[in-house]
Amino acid sequence: MIPLIQAEMSRRRWISDDDLPDIVALSQSAPGVMAVNISIFAGYKLRGVKGSIAATLGSITPSFLIILAIAMFFTAFKDNPWVVRAFKGIRPVVISLIAVPMVNMARKSCKSWWAWLLAVVSLVLVAFLNVSPIYIIICVLVLGFSVTYYKEGRWKR
Amino acid sequence: METLELIAQLAWTFFIIGAFTIGGGYAMLSLIQNQVVVEHPWISESTFTDIVAVSQMTPGPIGINSATYVGYDVLYAATGSQWLGVCGSLTATLALMLPSFVIMLLIVRFYVKFRSSTLYAGTLAWLKPAVVGLIGAAAIILIFKTTWVSGVPTISVVTENFPDWKSWMLLAGAFIAGYWGKVNPIYIILAGAALGLVLY
Repeated sequence: MIPLIQAEMSRRRWISDDDLPDIVALSQSAPGVMAVNISIFAGYKLRGVKGSIAATLGSITPSFLIILAIAMFFTAFKDNPWVVRAFKGIRPVVISLIAVPMVNMARKSCKSWWAWLLAVVSLVLVAFLNVSPIYIIICVLVLGFSVTYYKEGRWKR
Repeated sequence: METLELIAQLAWTFFIIGAFTIGGGYAMLSLIQNQVVVEHPWISESTFTDIVAVSQMTPGPIGINSATYVGYDVLYAATGSQWLGVCGSLTATLALMLPSFVIMLLIVRFYVKFRSSTLYAGTLAWLKPAVVGLIGAAAIILIFKTTWVSGVPTISVVTENFPDWKSWMLLAGAFIAGYWGKVNPIYIILAGAALGLVLY
């Protein structure tokens, strides 16, 4: 979705190519879904708050309608024997499709012993001790902020 | 009245999910799973797996897609009404968007300041490994269920997702195809469906 947004925005001269990497980086670090965050940003740059509302609704409506149609279809045909058999094959496969991006992310962002420790501890807490991921995110944000703050030497000032 | 309460709960739940998802769509999946499978008794592990499958095959971000689907399913299961299901999916999707919306607008206002903040970049570097753990946990919860009885954990396989040895073969095959083969997830899911029809 990101390359599509990029191409369309520079074609229409809405946002310059120089600005785009920053916008992508910001949208990635803000909470929520990156593609939507970019729409909010672009909409605001063009027409303020109204623009960002329009851009957001525009970016989510097509997939919203498609997934809604599928949801209505599947909840109605959930017990159809063919659907049941197909999903018996799909379910294990889906779990691997969650694992693949995880392994790719781990290879990219776990490069020190503390990073691995952080990954393993949060995995165990959430998977086996039923801790909410929200608490993990809050704790790690506080921890990361404190360490970075300390390292930058702002502590002394 | 009960329906209204459920819609309000759904809105609050997805608002919180939207506010605390940092680190992409799969991180969001972990939060959605925790809220709707573990915290609230709304959706079973196997239905959640189906929802993830459908969200992966549908265009658009996986996090929003699953929120839309979950919203429909929760209201439809509780009331049996398709229209309330649509209300549920609208509620979940919009509530999910709202925090990003407010935060992004604030960010645009303080764009220049934020851009130069090495403090924020440093903080995020810590979050990435934790997100890896969260996504791993999301996968594990769909395979194993842990129940604690007076301090002793019992780990059992989620049999709706893994009824027999063939399921484990499918899991391994899909991982090999996705990781080393770099096959598009949509084809892997379609292959899973075809194999499901042949094997079961």
